[in-house]
Amino acid sequence: MNNFSYIQADKAKEATTAKRDDKSAAFIAGGTTLLDLMKLNVENHDQLIDVNMLPFRGIEMTKNGLRIGALERMSDVGEHPLVVQNFPAVSQSLLLAASAQLRNMASIGGNVLQRTRCGYFRDTAFPCNKREPGTGCPAIEGDNRNLAILGTSDACIATSYPGDLSVALVALDAVLTLENAKGKQREVPITKFYLLPGSTPQKETVLEDDELIVAVTIPQTAAAQKSMYLKVRERTSYAYALASAAVGLEVQGGVIRAAKVALGGVGAQPWRSPEAEKMLVGKAPSEAVFRAAAEAALRGAKPREHNAFKVEMAQNTLVRALSEVAA
Amino acid sequence: METNQTKNAPTNVVGKPMDRVDGPAKVTGAARYSAEISVPGTVYGVLKTSTIAKGRITSIDTTRAAKEPGILNIFTHQNLPKPAKTPKQVEKWRAAQSYLPMQDDQVQYAGQPVALVVAATLEAATQAAALIQVTYQAEAPIDSFHDPKAELFDPQKIQQGKKDSHVVRGNPQQAYDGAAIKHEATYVHAINHHSPMEPAATLAVWEGADKLTVYESSQNVTMHQGALADLLGMPREQIRVVTKYIGGGFGCKGSFWPHTILTVLAAKAVNRPVKLVLTRQQMFTGVGHREDQEQTLKMGATADGKLVSLVHTKRATTSPWDNYTESNGKILDMLYACPNYSTTYELARANVMTSVWMRAPGEAPGSFALESSLDDVANQLGIDPLEIRLRNYADHDYSNNKPWSSKSLKQCYTRGAELFGWDKRNAKPGQNRKGRVLVGHGMATASYPVHSSQGTARVRLFADGHAVVEAGATDLGTGTYTVMTQVSADALGLPPEKIRFELGDTRLPTAPGSGGSVAAGTVASSIMAAAEDVWDKVVKMAVADKKSPLYKAKPADVKVELGRMFLIKDPKKGETLLATLGRSGQPDIEGSGTGKYGAGYEEKNFGQNGADENNDKKEKVSGGHSMHSFGAHFCEVEVDPDLGTVRITRWVGVHGVGTVLNLKTATSQMTGGAIYGIGAALMEDTFRDPNYARYTNADLAGYHVPVNADIPDIKVEFVPETDPYINYLGVKGIGELGMVGVAAAVGNAIFNATGRRMRSLPITPDKVLEALRQPA
Repeated sequence: MNNFSYIQADKAKEATTAKRDDKSAAFIAGGTTLLDLMKLNVENHDQLIDVNMLPFRGIEMTKNGLRIGALERMSDVGEHPLVVQNFPAVSQSLLLAASAQLRNMASIGGNVLQRTRCGYFRDTAFPCNKREPGTGCPAIEGDNRNLAILGTSDACIATSYPGDLSVALVALDAVLTLENAKGKQREVPITKFYLLPGSTPQKETVLEDDELIVAVTIPQTAAAQKSMYLKVRERTSYAYALASAAVGLEVQGGVIRAAKVALGGVGAQPWRSPEAEKMLVGKAPSEAVFRAAAEAALRGAKPREHNAFKVEMAQNTLVRALSEVAA
Repeated sequence: METNQTKNAPTNVVGKPMDRVDGPAKVTGAARYSAEISVPGTVYGVLKTSTIAKGRITSIDTTRAAKEPGILNIFTHQNLPKPAKTPKQVEKWRAAQSYLPMQDDQVQYAGQPVALVVAATLEAATQAAALIQVTYQAEAPIDSFHDPKAELFDPQKIQQGKKDSHVVRGNPQQAYDGAAIKHEATYVHAINHHSPMEPAATLAVWEGADKLTVYESSQNVTMHQGALADLLGMPREQIRVVTKYIGGGFGCKGSFWPHTILTVLAAKAVNRPVKLVLTRQQMFTGVGHREDQEQTLKMGATADGKLVSLVHTKRATTSPWDNYTESNGKILDMLYACPNYSTTYELARANVMTSVWMRAPGEAPGSFALESSLDDVANQLGIDPLEIRLRNYADHDYSNNKPWSSKSLKQCYTRGAELFGWDKRNAKPGQNRKGRVLVGHGMATASYPVHSSQGTARVRLFADGHAVVEAGATDLGTGTYTVMTQVSADALGLPPEKIRFELGDTRLPTAPGSGGSVAAGTVASSIMAAAEDVWDKVVKMAVADKKSPLYKAKPADVKVELGRMFLIKDPKKGETLLATLGRSGQPDIEGSGTGKYGAGYEEKNFGQNGADENNDKKEKVSGGHSMHSFGAHFCEVEVDPDLGTVRITRWVGVHGVGTVLNLKTATSQMTGGAIYGIGAALMEDTFRDPNYARYTNADLAGYHVPVNADIPDIKVEFVPETDPYINYLGVKGIGELGMVGVAAAVGNAIFNATGRRMRSLPITPDKVLEALRQPA
């Protein structure tokens, strides 16, 4: 880890201005990803701007839905009654993630910006287009068991966001509130927040250099109320998803009125599947309908040597999750 | 005095589930692990390791690194002082890996040390190491025995020349060819890493040019001392190695590795104490691993399930220099009554460091092949898995034709089956559904040999009623401090809180390290031998003391139990050791002794032939007894056929291990063995990139070991067992036993649940889904 300077920002503007003026600076909240990557020399920042004192807190129901301050901790949000009752998929995605110690530290804003666990990205001895653009991607011919099968490119096959929360947020149409150094806020649907790798895998989100995530808002819907997050992995805790599904269904009169489907662990980004949703809406819930939706969701999959299993696993995960919320 | 042999002497605290004596020190942080020790003037060493797996270093630029604050020196192959000898030139205490890095510009494996920074702070040393620019001329490495560039060869000898690479008993191929039932299968074992919680650490302190103290995370301080003496060309007495606490080792701290000598050489050069702790990532390329391997087993049996032949071959990856491979065949040779057997080892050199013993080396992967194939044959013949094991029960050791010193395996089977409810198992695979999951039940046999060993101990009994007992053993965290306190307490008739047991220092009497499950049996015997020395001395004092009830008795007529001396013919006549000692005016009395474990103990006490003249059986056996501990594992799994996940829901392990010194620590150790085995069975897998021969998941987030949520309540029991031949207290080792057979029990349960045989470890969800796609 390189030497760095540290400042604690009391006001948002102080933080965003400092970030704007120093391209090598980084915000630090929980630090669970940042410090890890700095210790590995994957990220090298000469300045850390501590944003923990900023007032981006609170978990409250607003007219637009549940607003969660970006600095709330994963464990607090996951266990909050408003989240548990109205957004089960969000609560489950948080509580199935990481370990208790990490959940107590990690912030919601930081979680959304969590970086890939691809072993090649995390080890500077390897080439990596995400870490060092243009050096190549050894994962394509190497250890790709944990990597993506949807939305990948010849430059990068990482599950760029490896976590759980954003899968639920993407399914439930959450909106991120961002604030820049001018003090201007903008709202970005999380479905538009992440970028596919294409030829620029180093550019992972639409966040500008001087922008800070200040809040996440999740619309309150019937489908969100009836949602769940299912995570598959060989170790029951403290392991990333091999495949996961965040689903929500609104069923009225025996017919699916609204469907929310997203997959984790398989996409280059948290993978919303309008294809699957299209197969569900207007149909009576049944195993066959769920199966057809799952097949639609994985239709464009491009598996590699060690991750071909993810096609079937993701489909089955999705079918299982849909069956459970419909039950 | 009685002869030195197993006595059924009364006990006060031996066997009791006593709390760990080092528990309070550990939970309060008072216990200092090797990396936590500092002496005045300590500076910090950090290794820079190679990014390539094969090639040579063309330049090393330390300009930027040297500008970090407080850098004392940056060592590379160009300026690191050379040791007096290389590990290759050392005979007795040979390092596990004969290749020592940083001697020239060659790179032979990824993660090989190429530079060592010494700085005033850990932070500066760490950052300086990152700033060193090393340029390489890289060559395409060989990643494993699977690599097209790799060539399998017959090593002739494996494990530093100790074992043959080809062993034959009877006519295995002919017997297999003629067998009614022929079963052939290939089993795969992933690369595993020991991954103890405490990383490897060295603090090297030179006190002048010819006196060295090393605080090392070592499972064997004697070995570390010997290896350092050899490499440095120094007398052993000039080197002290200290290891007071270990946070797990599982074998990786039982060998000598490069970081230790590199730290010692650097410390001498900078003339300061240097502390070096491997990072978690460096633990994957610094202290060995369990090698990637493949076994093919041909199992021939009669139509009623009796084994007639086992033809076993193993292929594995080894390093460019050494022929280490686990001897998987050992357990196939002895576990059942099979008249014909062979094993053959083939190795291929790759650009990896030398692998090394890891908990139950050989027995763990070997039993996976044997016990899985046997389960297949049982299923094929419609014989219950427990029944087929009874039909093949070995009433003596077929590998050497010797009788067992003791064997309680039948009792383990019976008790385990009862605790588990084995009779309720549905023998037909894939029939037991619980909601969405398939439930399965499997079992397997465990066994581990008693390796011959010996050690010394010192006992000092003070007249005020306390004692200091010393042996240069180590405590991996498994309970050596505690059980030896118990043994000492009963030997002297003192309460355990009056005993201070010291270990982990080469200044103490030489004892074996913790490895091969020899520590408890050997050190306990050594303490008893030392205690007997004290008894002898005090008895002599008593018989000469007018005030003693034993005055004028013949020492030979006196027996000592729980610290009390008495006449064998009139037990009421006697007094405590302390009573005699107290009257003598002597403040303390010291005794020392040598204890033996295994074959050496038998030979000493029962003669060359192992025949005990006082034994009722009066058996005359050439070369004595075969000595093993045995046990049985029973496992219930739930397999989700859609998601491929496997959950262990119940576990029963019943073992026969001779005398149990502490029911609590022994139960914990056997529970830990099951958990370690479950890790290997279901999740542990280090991935080595085929093009770079470099690990891609070298940390504890990427390399999965079980967490609490993976482990159900594990029920462990011991069956009563007395073994007079193995050591003074009849103690068998338990460190490895608990893991043997675990992976097979899991695989067998998965077969029972799904009808699919999993032959590749770890059994991860992807492999389960793949198997379920195939017809049953």
